[in-house]
Amino acid sequence: MSLLRRTLDNIYPHVTEGGKYHKFYALYEAVDTIFYSPADVNHGRNHVRDGIDLKRVMIYVWLAAMPTMLMGCYNVGLQANSVMQSMGITEVVGWRGDMLTLFGVGVDPNSVWDNFWHGFWYWFPIYMTVFIVGGFWEVLFASVRGHEINEGFFVTSILFSLIVPASLPLWQAALGISFGIVIGKEVFGGTGKNFLNPALTARAFLYFAYPAQLSGDAVWVAVDGYSSPTALSVAASGGLEALQNAGFTIQQSMTGYIAGSIGETSLIAIGIGALFLLYTKIASWRIMFGVAVGVILTSLMFNAIGSDTNPMFSVTPNWHFAIGGLAFGMVYMATDPVSASMTDWGRFWFGALVGLMTVLIRVVNPAFPEGIMLAILFANLFAPLIDWFVMQANIRRREKRYAKT
Amino acid sequence: MASEAKKALLEPLFVNNPIALQILGICSALAVTTQLSVALIMCLALTAVTAFSNLSISLIRNHIPSSIRIIVQMTIIASLVIVVDQVLKAYAYQTSKVLAVFVGLIITNCIVMGRAEAYAMKNPPWPSFLDGIGNGLGYSLILIIVATIRELFGSGTLLGYTILAPVSQGGWYQPNGLMLLAPSAFIIIGLTIWAIRAYYPEQVEEPDFELQDAHQTPVQGGVH
Repeated sequence: MSLLRRTLDNIYPHVTEGGKYHKFYALYEAVDTIFYSPADVNHGRNHVRDGIDLKRVMIYVWLAAMPTMLMGCYNVGLQANSVMQSMGITEVVGWRGDMLTLFGVGVDPNSVWDNFWHGFWYWFPIYMTVFIVGGFWEVLFASVRGHEINEGFFVTSILFSLIVPASLPLWQAALGISFGIVIGKEVFGGTGKNFLNPALTARAFLYFAYPAQLSGDAVWVAVDGYSSPTALSVAASGGLEALQNAGFTIQQSMTGYIAGSIGETSLIAIGIGALFLLYTKIASWRIMFGVAVGVILTSLMFNAIGSDTNPMFSVTPNWHFAIGGLAFGMVYMATDPVSASMTDWGRFWFGALVGLMTVLIRVVNPAFPEGIMLAILFANLFAPLIDWFVMQANIRRREKRYAKT
Repeated sequence: MASEAKKALLEPLFVNNPIALQILGICSALAVTTQLSVALIMCLALTAVTAFSNLSISLIRNHIPSSIRIIVQMTIIASLVIVVDQVLKAYAYQTSKVLAVFVGLIITNCIVMGRAEAYAMKNPPWPSFLDGIGNGLGYSLILIIVATIRELFGSGTLLGYTILAPVSQGGWYQPNGLMLLAPSAFIIIGLTIWAIRAYYPEQVEEPDFELQDAHQTPVQGGVH
């Protein structure tokens, strides 16, 4: 028996029922099941079709977010370094500058290495803050409520860190994730019982509480005093023409070399994540398909109607996918297995509702440039109702088949 | 009798709070709580209306025909609300403009009607009056909690005095814009209800659905 197993077994009597540190059982259990399979496994013949459990689901989503993270760090650094070069700044001020000097990293926008590390020191502190604060709440509730510490917050924290602007103050990140984890998830009983996506709840809280740090033109490029509009706000003010005049191309959105939240800009990185999630069957293709259909139909409808006063009417479906957080939300957020619909047909409708609402908010609502966050939260609320209708339809169909009165 | 009166007065504060337990009067609790001073005036107005409507209705309770009692109650409450509205316009014009329609809406506030129907119709005038005051205070308590949190964190002030100096005025505090929006009141009321029910577990409702316990045996050392 290994040293680790012996150590854990020695701790066990203290944290079990009646032990001195029973309060920390959840913590013990979490560590134990990271290294060893749980004790409550079946020993006889059984009917398990797939060994997948919640832990692996969550870790897979976490892995799937890696491409967008790497690409996001690179892009944040690229945006900052390019702007600094054009402004003639050669040094990063503050502790990030110290970190870069310590590792001998420059600020050359042509160097992949420099760009990545510059961006990394923006993303990493946000992620660590979110991870530690989110983990604190998760452990606290697990200990008091006596449920297991769940890997859900790994996913929540990485996704949350990727959907905020790089210049987000860390205390706001901490406040946001506290709200997302506690109000969005734990008060309803923890993972599996939350009806809203916790990461989006956290972002929505910040979006309404501190709009100056979460929206507008000044926050997307991590250089003080420099403001650059996102492609979406350009489109909101001038439509498709303004996008093309400002030099935005679909190719830029594919690679992700545009300003935006950390992880949302690169379609290629999101695509890699999507393929991984679809291949492992973690994410539902039905939801993604539903969102795509919803977006295409709604935006085609607006194209056909046309408008002289609202330039967003002219934005074509392909541009809707290219700009803003739609692609990221569709792949990582709408497919959240807990807060989305559970039935197969329900997932189509759920996705379609997300797509419809996203375009509706983007095009018609003048107050919010981006719609995917609110659209997904809105659809989350309707997910159980959609399931109910799907199940009722199934019940009716079966009744008819057996000609019951 | 003294204990009965005390019960009528104090029970609605925590044990039987009109907002936190009966979930009544939520509408105005969302609408008038962005500033503490406005909330205080509203509390005063509602407490006065509830107390005097209870008193008046209790005085004539034996003469009200059962079939038209709601109409009679409404008439009394509406008259009282008009009086309160006129007093506010005369002595606190600015606040009455902020409160706008919500003073008029006291007529439809479920707390006033609820107490008239549930208590004043069955009890003598003096306990009814105290019951009205008590329920008004219970309502006020929640409103003051909500308004204090919303004004303090939303604008950094309390009763108009700057407590947390906001960044826009050269201070350090970044005002929380969500606190100025109505949904924040829902969240604060929810958290208040959580706190009260943690202290009085008997207020917790029976769950509508029981989740089945997952199969779970505790981790045991040495069987891996």
